[in-house]
Amino acid sequence: MTTDDNPEQPVVKASNITKQLPGPDGVLTILDGISLQLAEGEVTAILGASGSGKSTLLGLLAGLDEVTRGEIELFGQSLAGLNEDSRAALRAGKVGFVFQSFQLLPGMTALENVMLPLELAGIRNPAIGATEALEQVELGDRLYHYPGQLSGGEQQRVAIARAFASQPKVLFADEPTGSLDQATGSRIIDLLFQMREQTGAALLLVTHDERLAARCDHRLLIEQGRLEQTS
Amino acid sequence: MSQFILALRFFRRDFRSGELRLLVLALIIAVAAVSAVGFFTNRVEQAMTLQANQVLAADLVLSSNNPIPASFEQQADMLDLNVAHTLSFPSVIVHQDQTQLVEVKAVSKNYPLRGDLRVRPFASANEEVVKHPPAPGHLWGEARLMAALNLQPGAQISLGESVFLLEKILSRDFALGNSFFRLGPEVLIALEDIPKTGLVTPASRVRHRLLIAGNQEQVKTFQGWATTRLPQGVRLEHLSSARPELRGALDRGSRFLGLAALVAVLVAGATVALSTRQFVERQSDTSAIMRCLGASQSLIFNVLIIRLSLLCLIASLLGIAGGWLAQYFLADLLSDWFGGALPPPSLWPILTGLGTGFITLLGFTLPPALRLGAVPPLRVLRRDLDAPPASTWLLVLLGIGAMALLMYLQAGDSTLAGWVLLGTLTTVGLLLLTAWLLVRMLSPLRHRGGALWRQGLSGLARNPSMTALQLTGFGLGILAMLLLTIIRTDLLDAWQKTIPEQAPNHFLINIQPSDVDNLGAFFQAQAIEQAGIYPMLRARLTHINDQPVSPDQYQDERAQRLVSREFNLSWSAQMQTENKIVAGSWWGGTNQQRALFSVEVDIANTLGISLGDQLAFNLAGVPIKATVSNLRRVHWDSFQPNFFVIGTPALLKEHPANFITSFYLPPGKETALAALVRQFPSITIIDVSAIMQQIREIMQRGSLAVEYVFLFTLAAGILMLYAGIQASREYRRQEAIVLRTLGMQRNGLLTAAAIEFVLLGLLAGTLATLCANVTGWFIATEVFGFQYNLNPWTIVAGILGSGIAIGLAGMLATWPLSIKPPLRMLQNG
Repeated sequence: MTTDDNPEQPVVKASNITKQLPGPDGVLTILDGISLQLAEGEVTAILGASGSGKSTLLGLLAGLDEVTRGEIELFGQSLAGLNEDSRAALRAGKVGFVFQSFQLLPGMTALENVMLPLELAGIRNPAIGATEALEQVELGDRLYHYPGQLSGGEQQRVAIARAFASQPKVLFADEPTGSLDQATGSRIIDLLFQMREQTGAALLLVTHDERLAARCDHRLLIEQGRLEQTS
Repeated sequence: MSQFILALRFFRRDFRSGELRLLVLALIIAVAAVSAVGFFTNRVEQAMTLQANQVLAADLVLSSNNPIPASFEQQADMLDLNVAHTLSFPSVIVHQDQTQLVEVKAVSKNYPLRGDLRVRPFASANEEVVKHPPAPGHLWGEARLMAALNLQPGAQISLGESVFLLEKILSRDFALGNSFFRLGPEVLIALEDIPKTGLVTPASRVRHRLLIAGNQEQVKTFQGWATTRLPQGVRLEHLSSARPELRGALDRGSRFLGLAALVAVLVAGATVALSTRQFVERQSDTSAIMRCLGASQSLIFNVLIIRLSLLCLIASLLGIAGGWLAQYFLADLLSDWFGGALPPPSLWPILTGLGTGFITLLGFTLPPALRLGAVPPLRVLRRDLDAPPASTWLLVLLGIGAMALLMYLQAGDSTLAGWVLLGTLTTVGLLLLTAWLLVRMLSPLRHRGGALWRQGLSGLARNPSMTALQLTGFGLGILAMLLLTIIRTDLLDAWQKTIPEQAPNHFLINIQPSDVDNLGAFFQAQAIEQAGIYPMLRARLTHINDQPVSPDQYQDERAQRLVSREFNLSWSAQMQTENKIVAGSWWGGTNQQRALFSVEVDIANTLGISLGDQLAFNLAGVPIKATVSNLRRVHWDSFQPNFFVIGTPALLKEHPANFITSFYLPPGKETALAALVRQFPSITIIDVSAIMQQIREIMQRGSLAVEYVFLFTLAAGILMLYAGIQASREYRRQEAIVLRTLGMQRNGLLTAAAIEFVLLGLLAGTLATLCANVTGWFIATEVFGFQYNLNPWTIVAGILGSGIAIGLAGMLATWPLSIKPPLRMLQNG
């Protein structure tokens, strides 16, 4: 991961992006002139205090929202001018997500939650791939449990299985250990890195967990919407 | 992967996880109510057609002054239809040197093919129902024959060259129900007896009739075949309308049932609207994640629509099946009146049921569902983000459109549907306005009073749109329940009162002008109250606004029939008290000298006659022309003499007329009837007590049927209550966690919930009670023509009952939150 100097085709590339939102006292600048790249297989952590704009940056890089200025490329394709559907099509089957609040669908079993990206990608027999993914996160015996019947750690493991089930090229993780205790968080981090290594996906994670950040290839620090430091 | 397969998978998951339980139940109840009533009225309609055919004693009748060609009977045989023969002719009965002109009707053994005959073994005996005509050598005669010749059953009388045993008094031959103009009383004999009377020779003036009945499809085939082959002088008669009194009663019964089902649909609609919101809210998360994972807007929308359609199809089919089963009980209530099981229902109610399901679901679900495709994927990171709100206009228009369509389909009567819709819309408008005011008024109040009071009020103010939704849902539900209570009690009561205890049970027709004064004196002497003696003239409608009328001009079968037969006209200076002017005004003063008509409103609608139109009639060869000056509503079931068309005295007084009257003959006063027959032998008496009894039974059973449909509404109402409470469940759960963590005790939580929901219930109850009474008043006066008496109990029950029921339901729903440890609720997500 570099700020702007990787000669290879990056998986994600942001050039001087700014995000502004209307606020009660006028326009609020959330992100200001950020540029970065994420190469294939790279692992990068975005660090920063609460409200620094980390999650907003992650959402923009994944194409979940539009920038106010600047340009983002995902898999070499500029997101500028793409509507929501075209951005969704670009993500389909190639992007995985892990969220702090797990974002599992409560009405679906663990297996069905993991099957969802495979179904959307049009993969035949999605249950086979989903079962394999759940076995990899050691939840082979919890296939038919609903999220409400699983512990926080187990729910995040289901989310990881869902994120990797479609063999994505890049995984976006937003505070993946934020809702978990330290011991469970450590196991989740191990699992995340283990799965990433198996699939070779690039990983961009937002965290303020220093231990997690220490395991990444690159670390970016955001303060008040600006990229202050990289390592 | 095809969108359909994906939708199927989602659907299976929805079903299993119970996400759709409420929606499905609400739809099943709506469809079941509509289908049950639909199947039932469909069967009654068919039975009514069969019943109406009793007037012909068959489904079709071929009549001629010459023998009917054998080819017609052969064709009927080929189509497996039943046939019977009758011969009618005037003749003279002789008994001990006395003679009486009679109408002889000789019938084959299987007469009548439809309906039955009513006889009395002696004058004061009860009427008996018989299915077969007299045996050879026997004769049945009408009561006035007995009176004219002073006969008793058992007498020997001569007819032509043969002697008959006068066996029974013929009190009713339905097939002559409309033949008011006969020369003498009817006598019924067996067809085999005709040769030995020697009365029928090739030169005799005899009316031959071939009666045909059987499978309705085959009858239609026969009718089609026969119509093109009718020889000169052969007439083909068919009827599909019951007597107006019966039709009126059944129509009102159907309207009541339709209204009851409509109300069930209204409640179920409110439930669907309430539970849809919950469903759509949950789907927002699914949509956000799906969009994150690459699903397009159209995919999300299509998958949702396929799921909803599948849901609708399954719920509708279940509802239709439920309705089909339920109508058996309804049908049982009326079957013996129709003389056996009702005919099986047609498939039409299935389509109505499916239509109801789709209109209800899509009408209330589509606007919020359309938004789901637009849920921003960023919602996965920021929970506060939601889809752009659906256009309020779209929501309102689709909701109103769906309701209007349902009401029209269900009521089959635009006036009735219009009033209920107007009542509903006014209530919704008032409820929304109140919700808006409530939230604003509560803001200052929230800072006063005790903690529980503040908590209860904040429950209402925390989410204005939720409060508006709950208040509207509860209000609509209460409106519907109260409306049905008003229908069940006040309106049905008013209906039953339309036939008072002492309603006329006998009609006198063929009263000659010279008898009018004497008849009046007779009634006075006998202390019998009569309904007034009215002139009656027979005339055929020939022109409307100088345009000739013919049956071919009308699509409607009833209209075709009406213009092909003669009307009973009358003239009068005063309007009958039971009639009500619906357009124009009754003639008074100098207008009585003008040529004017008053037309019954239903017949005017059927024939397309409006106020100011000029009608021309042919009255025994004399053309009569006059302008329609008013339209009247007639209560046919009042049993007063009534007329489709009434003219001014100046227009009709000079034309020859018979007179008609009706009176109530109390039990035990039959001797007066015998005296009347003796004094006025040419007058025909029609005993309508049996038909009146039939109508009273229709009313009683109709009321029972409405009670039955009320059960559907009750079920829908309970479901609506549950859906309304569940709508804010998530908010209350989160609040309960925080409040209990902060130390609020169970009683406190329940009291706060009670304050919130009792207040909601009282407000919804007050507004709905007000609107239900106003709507009830309009329905009573404008649709059914009854007087509406405000029942104070509905007001008390409506307001207090709503407060208590909704308060209790709210407390019950909060109970689990008050006993579960907060940590467990937190862990369960």
